[in-house]
Amino acid sequence: MNSFTFHRATGVDDAVRETTRHTGAAYIGGGTNLIDLMKENVMRPSYLVSVAKLPLAAIEALPDGGLRLGAMATNADTAWHEDVKSRYPLLNQAILAGASPQLRNAATNGGNLMQRTRCLYFYDLATPCNKREPGTGCSAIGGFNRIHAIFGASDQCIATHPSDMCVALAALAPTVRVSGPDGERSIAFDDFHRLPGDQPEKDNNLRPGELIISLDLPAKGFSKNFSYLKLRDRQSYAFALISVAAGLELDGTTITDARLALGGVAHKPWRDQEAEQLLIGQPATVETFARVAAQVVSTAVGQGSNDFKIELARRAVVRALKQAAEGSQQATDVFQNSNP
Amino acid sequence: MSEQTTPASGGAVAAPPPVGTVRLTINGTAHEVQLAPWTTLLDALREYLHLTGTKKGCDHGQCGACTVLVNGTRINSCLTLAVMHEDDDITTIEGLGSEDNLSALQQAFVDHDAFQCGYCTPGQICSAQGLINEGKAHSEHDIREMMSGNLCRCGAYVGILAAVQEVVNKK
Ligand SMILES: Cc1cc2nc3c(=O)[nH]c(=O)nc-3n(C[C@H](O)[C@H](O)[C@H](O)COP(=O)(O)OP(=O)(O)OC[C@H]3O[C@@H](n4cnc5c(N)ncnc54)[C@H](O)[C@@H]3O)c2cc1C
Ligand code: SF4
Ligand code: FES
Ligand code: FES
Repeated sequence: MNSFTFHRATGVDDAVRETTRHTGAAYIGGGTNLIDLMKENVMRPSYLVSVAKLPLAAIEALPDGGLRLGAMATNADTAWHEDVKSRYPLLNQAILAGASPQLRNAATNGGNLMQRTRCLYFYDLATPCNKREPGTGCSAIGGFNRIHAIFGASDQCIATHPSDMCVALAALAPTVRVSGPDGERSIAFDDFHRLPGDQPEKDNNLRPGELIISLDLPAKGFSKNFSYLKLRDRQSYAFALISVAAGLELDGTTITDARLALGGVAHKPWRDQEAEQLLIGQPATVETFARVAAQVVSTAVGQGSNDFKIELARRAVVRALKQAAEGSQQATDVFQNSNP
Repeated sequence: MSEQTTPASGGAVAAPPPVGTVRLTINGTAHEVQLAPWTTLLDALREYLHLTGTKKGCDHGQCGACTVLVNGTRINSCLTLAVMHEDDDITTIEGLGSEDNLSALQQAFVDHDAFQCGYCTPGQICSAQGLINEGKAHSEHDIREMMSGNLCRCGAYVGILAAVQEVVNKK
């Protein structure tokens, strides 16, 4: 690890000021991603501003019926919070599908949004990587790209955003509240992360010095008909190859509202609003889900070793929507069901 | 505190690391240690406080060997800095029991032969203690899932599961 100065922020203003004032400064939440990347010399901040103990860990009701998740609340405290469990069970399931209990106990909500890609070349200083060193090239294109993107990639970067929590958030559409040198602002969740384009070094649209302070969930939580389906190389403690967050509102068997987001497929959590529109007004049947899933993957592009993800994504969308409609969750027994 | 005065070769003297006093409460005892800010909690425990029960497996959050309890909550000590824990109560395997007074979990690990080489065991036991403190795991399936942050290269999982399950069931 490189040497750095450590500062424990005394408040939001102090955190923003210290980070803006020092070149090479970075926030540190739980440290579970940043310290790992510092050990690999992928990130080398010279000034660390610790924000984990700022009084922004509360989870509290909002006047509009929504729920505010403090940026410093841990992933575990968020997942197990009574209001999250009862009103946003999709978020509970997605968080618990990620990492391990120890990591979720340390990881903060702000840090989860900001975690960097798990692209192996990004971690390997011996190989070119446009995200790590802009202009050097992308080793994953034409290289080992089994875990890489099938949607929204560019000729400069095909990395994916690795978070599970963020896939559920993409479906639930909170706003991200941030505080920066120019004051506070709110960013719609879908506008928070970005596609790589010709600036793959930028993961998101946060401006320099801005600190995430909360995630404000809207009242609608899809708490009856939802599913978080995560497919991975082993059943626990592994990143998603494909994940799907689905939320439905049903009137009898007719879909009256729908949310659909995929993880492990793009540089950002991939919400598909066209697919959502296709679902609305249709009967909640496997035929509907199959038609929509085919539409979802119609724009997918494989990179060679990740071609399998296109068919896997199609099937996962059908499975997730079916589970959401049935009100059943991912469990070993559902793997015995047949799927078109 | 150990002295870290490695003389640089070739005549040039390396700049001393900017150490500072870090106050840590470990197993109920307050310590003052001279540490550089980039010292992980794991390295502080092992290299500076000589509490070598906590193990370093991967140093990247991928194995759970370094699991300790911070205010009763299990975390990976390899992915956190010692300076981040000045106000916390840290418990390591040395704080859970002693050789002639084993904790319930330690005794259950012995009874169920829940290890082979023993390298992962302190992390397994601290993690299991965290699992019990959390109170979320009840069934065998829950325990498997919520112990998945601890790998065992010897594959002693059957014994580990039996040991943890026994103590969970007693609660
Ligand atoms: C072995 C392993 C397995 C994992 N598996 C999964 C998995 O399956 N699914 C999954 O979703 N995740 C997984 N993770 C990732 C984990 O969820 C993240 O590391 C964690 O959420 C990051 O949170 P943190 O608070 O520790 O962030 P930190 O490491 O503290 O920070 C990460 C980044 O966010 C910035 N930052 C932190 N807080 C703020 C803030 N409030 N405002 C602005 N910037 C901020 C930091 O500057 C840094 O760049 C895994 C991690 C490991 C090590
Ligand atoms: S995919 Fe992106 S992160 Fe991976 S090597 Fe290419 S540029 Fe780097
Ligand atoms: S040494 Fe910390 S998780 Fe492996
Ligand atoms: S007993 Fe050897 S690694 Fe678990």
